[in-house]
Amino acid sequence: MENIQTPEYAIETKNLFIFYGSFPAVSEVNMRIEKQKVTAIIGPSGCGKSTLLRAFNRMNDFVPSSYVTGEILLQGQNLYGKDIDPVEVRRKIGMVFQKPNPFPKSIYENISWGAKINGFKGNMDELVEQSLRGAALWEEVKDKLKKSAYELSGGQQQRLCIARTIAIQPEIILMDEPASALDPISTLRIEELMQELKQNYTIIIVTHNMQQAARVSDYTAMMMLEKDGSRSGTVIEFSETKKIFTNPKDKRTEDYVTGRFG
Amino acid sequence: MKQENTIMENKIFRPLDLKKKMRPAESIIQSLLFISGVLSIFITVAIVYELGKEALLFFNNPDVTFAKFFGTTQWQPGIGLFGIWPLVTSTLVTSFIAMFVSLPLGLAAALFLSEYASPKARSALKPILEILAGIPTVVYGYFALLFMTPLLQKIFGDGVEVYNMLSAGIVMGIMILPLISSMSEDALSAVPRALREGAYAMGATKFETSIQVVLPAALSGIGAALIIGISRAVGETMIVAVAAGSGPNFTFNPFKAAETMTGHIARISGGDLSYNSIDYNSLFAIALMLFLVTLVLNLISQGIINRFRQRYE
Repeated sequence: MENIQTPEYAIETKNLFIFYGSFPAVSEVNMRIEKQKVTAIIGPSGCGKSTLLRAFNRMNDFVPSSYVTGEILLQGQNLYGKDIDPVEVRRKIGMVFQKPNPFPKSIYENISWGAKINGFKGNMDELVEQSLRGAALWEEVKDKLKKSAYELSGGQQQRLCIARTIAIQPEIILMDEPASALDPISTLRIEELMQELKQNYTIIIVTHNMQQAARVSDYTAMMMLEKDGSRSGTVIEFSETKKIFTNPKDKRTEDYVTGRFG
Repeated sequence: MKQENTIMENKIFRPLDLKKKMRPAESIIQSLLFISGVLSIFITVAIVYELGKEALLFFNNPDVTFAKFFGTTQWQPGIGLFGIWPLVTSTLVTSFIAMFVSLPLGLAAALFLSEYASPKARSALKPILEILAGIPTVVYGYFALLFMTPLLQKIFGDGVEVYNMLSAGIVMGIMILPLISSMSEDALSAVPRALREGAYAMGATKFETSIQVVLPAALSGIGAALIIGISRAVGETMIVAVAAGSGPNFTFNPFKAAETMTGHIARISGGDLSYNSIDYNSLFAIALMLFLVTLVLNLISQGIINRFRQRYE
């Protein structure tokens, strides 16, 4: 396996447009996202950050009338190609949502369910423990695995959602403002967790919180509505987080990250 | 600037009145709501009281004993046989058949409407399903007798009697179907979209998401649909009166004719009964029994649902 030529990037977009009906919500995005790094997508409300994130695992498919032009390439395969099964895409690209959304099942089943439907045949107890450890939740829940997931606090539920995502061993984990509904301490734990997770996974995170982007990410994509007033969002600058926050090329990025705009 | 100052000054010197104030509209509404609540409880209690009182007269009759009522299997008031079971079994058999038809079909319809159908298909199909609920039950009764029974006779042969519980039960199930499907659909649609997205993001197919995530999350609502469905089936009168037969018959064979509790009450009270005769009083005992059967079935289904729900919530 090691000898097979691996592509340089985890995922790559080429001239990507995302439409809702005839309206391009996101225009002309060209990004190459590094493996095993955290990439943050920042920008003002309504500029298409979540729409772009949701394009990566074809969650926008559930929005009627939405479609995509251009390409998103994972290991050279266009995720929007005609012969691509969106279910298979989502098995390889997991997602953590803004609000914790554990299933109405026990803590154990929340983890095992995804593995089961993905045809996992190994030792389930082991997988559950590993996944919970991976999400820094094991110590807190190991004595109540049979209890309902709804008995956990919001922060614990969010880590459970991360645990169930890593249980299916995806290539990439998408996070849509994963800490915005959490208190500061839970937020800190999620941020620490992301640093551990990036040793094994590529993470793309949408965040409203610029300090968070600065703290957790290696790369940052700055999104903004296009200047022509079309209400269509695009990535105006994409580079190392350090550069975005200290020496941005685009004046709009500078205004935004220094708090003069947005 | 000047105006701002006067406002500030006014605020400082204005005396505050925090005393209780009369709010007549509030109190009127509150008492109206209270009266409506009390009234519905009172009506229920009054019905149970009246049933109990008349049923007591029946059990006080020297010809009737509790042991006979619950211990024998023949109901022939004309010759003094008062065993309730033939009426109960046919009620149970027809209701069970009705639920056996309506629950899976209703749930499947609800799942289709809420998870699979396009908005366009849903807006076309839902009204059609609801038309089923608008058909008078007497029409269903004749549908059972004149269409379903001949059909069953064609399928199962001569063993199927002209009046039979199977036909009445199936048609009763069709009647209850829209109730089950529309209540279940409401419960399924109320499941937050976030839960579905969570499942899809795990690489679940539509079927896996609907059956293993959405359905368990909607269980309480579906349980309510089940309970109301059972109550309708047990209480349904016209279909069984027309199609299930008009003579008490202690049997579990769905091909046979057997009169249900409701059917019996309808038939007997339609004839000329003299007030305070034993036949007349027996109707109240049957009604009380009907009440009891509904209650027990409701409690059982509530218990089953609670057990399932504990696993999921």
